[in-house]
Amino acid sequence: MSFLDDFMIRAILAGVGVALAAAPLGCFVVWRRMAYFGDATAHAAILGVALSLTFSVSIFAGVLVVSLAMALTVSSLTGRGFAMDTMLGVLAHSALAFGLVAASFLSGIRIDLMAYLFGDILAVMPDDLAVIWGGAAIVVGLVVWRWSALLTGTLNPDLAYAEGVDPKREQLVLTIALAIVVAVAIKVVGALLITAMLIIPAATARSFSRTPEVMAILAAAIGAGSVFGGIRASYHFDTPTGPTIVCITAILFVLSVSLSRLGRNSTARNDA
Amino acid sequence: MNLFQMKGVGISFGGNRILGHVTLSMEPGEIVTVVGPNGSGKSTLLRILVGALPVDEGEVIRKQGLRIGYVPQRLQLDPTLPMTVSRMMRLRRKVSRADVSDALEQAGIPTLANRQMSELSGGQFQRVMLARALLGRPELLILDEATAGLDQPGTASFYRQIEQVRQDMGCGVLMVSHDLHVVMSASDRVICLNGHICCEGEPSHVASAPEYRALFGEGTKGALALYAHHHDHNHTHEAAE
Repeated sequence: MSFLDDFMIRAILAGVGVALAAAPLGCFVVWRRMAYFGDATAHAAILGVALSLTFSVSIFAGVLVVSLAMALTVSSLTGRGFAMDTMLGVLAHSALAFGLVAASFLSGIRIDLMAYLFGDILAVMPDDLAVIWGGAAIVVGLVVWRWSALLTGTLNPDLAYAEGVDPKREQLVLTIALAIVVAVAIKVVGALLITAMLIIPAATARSFSRTPEVMAILAAAIGAGSVFGGIRASYHFDTPTGPTIVCITAILFVLSVSLSRLGRNSTARNDA
Repeated sequence: MNLFQMKGVGISFGGNRILGHVTLSMEPGEIVTVVGPNGSGKSTLLRILVGALPVDEGEVIRKQGLRIGYVPQRLQLDPTLPMTVSRMMRLRRKVSRADVSDALEQAGIPTLANRQMSELSGGQFQRVMLARALLGRPELLILDEATAGLDQPGTASFYRQIEQVRQDMGCGVLMVSHDLHVVMSASDRVICLNGHICCEGEPSHVASAPEYRALFGEGTKGALALYAHHHDHNHTHEAAE
């Protein structure tokens, strides 16, 4: 009897794994204004699910391949004179629609669409945990390894070139990391809420951070805390777990913004 | 040994030829300014040198292991990105805190280390970017309209610092600028660019060249004369800027 036999423990471990990987990557998504990019990549995951079930390969592999294809497509379209906002809107929503239609063709296979759209963290198995933590370790490793180059590329591409960094390569690193996060997060929060796990903890951490590193670490802590709080709350109120986790991060975000407003007002009064 | 050599360089974007037949080289310790109207390819020229753009024609030869310091035209920091001055200085290179405070001291902004980049004035921001570029002990310092948005005292003191940097470190300086009068007096060589090199030479030579007059009009000569004076004092508020 191992402690992994408890589905609550597995859920918490899965959620924390996703939160740790999503946090530092989410910071870059926020700094580089890639929120919609995240959406497009995440929505493509549903198509990935449908394809993996059709060809009976692992959901993780299918989602990873399709999300990566979507992320690379979007990435290669950037800076080619397309109206990116519109283009991302087209890609994000058509990927979702095609995914849902493809899933409906899968007669004979019982597919719980809700589980892929909003996650089913309580159904996480020990094997899933290995995949989630493996993926999370790769993402955190990538981001930590390329950290200063990624930051320089985010500040200014020309500055990056002058300092021996190829910003296109760093963009590719982020793109790959994003696809991995989507693939490991789909079971936990579902395709529709993955972007929330990327962006909200990072945005919440912003008010309390003076350096990029502090922001990434705080975001990880906030994400992990929300997973704990969300799982407990969903048990208590009998609500769907993935959305409950996102609700907790959203509440923390509102609190952080209000707190920093209050803090700023009181400093302003002290100065006067 | 030249810092770099450009031979017959040309580049086009989407069928538009931006630069052509550019042949240019720089010696160590030289201050060269590129002037030209908007859309004349000044920034493109600098971006080619930095390595951000591959050329379509000709070739660019940089000195083996050339250390480049680059100060972009007003960097836009996203408001969601927290960044202290001190962190910014140490972003790419492993630099000790002591070296950072020395560099800030030299740049005339010793008290800013713990401030957020977003709280700085335009002049302070550019001084940080310059100090940061100098930390890499560059052989070639590239400035792309580094004083755009600064007021006149700010601009003048920025260029005095460039002059000082050249004396102290012996690095070559290549800059693009719109501050014709200030720049003309501070440069060894001026290059007048408009898709190709129209004319080049010492500031006085270029200022009287017909190609330059055609681009900038006669009025500039007046401005040049107007500014040909020396500052014999420095206001404390300027120093604090």
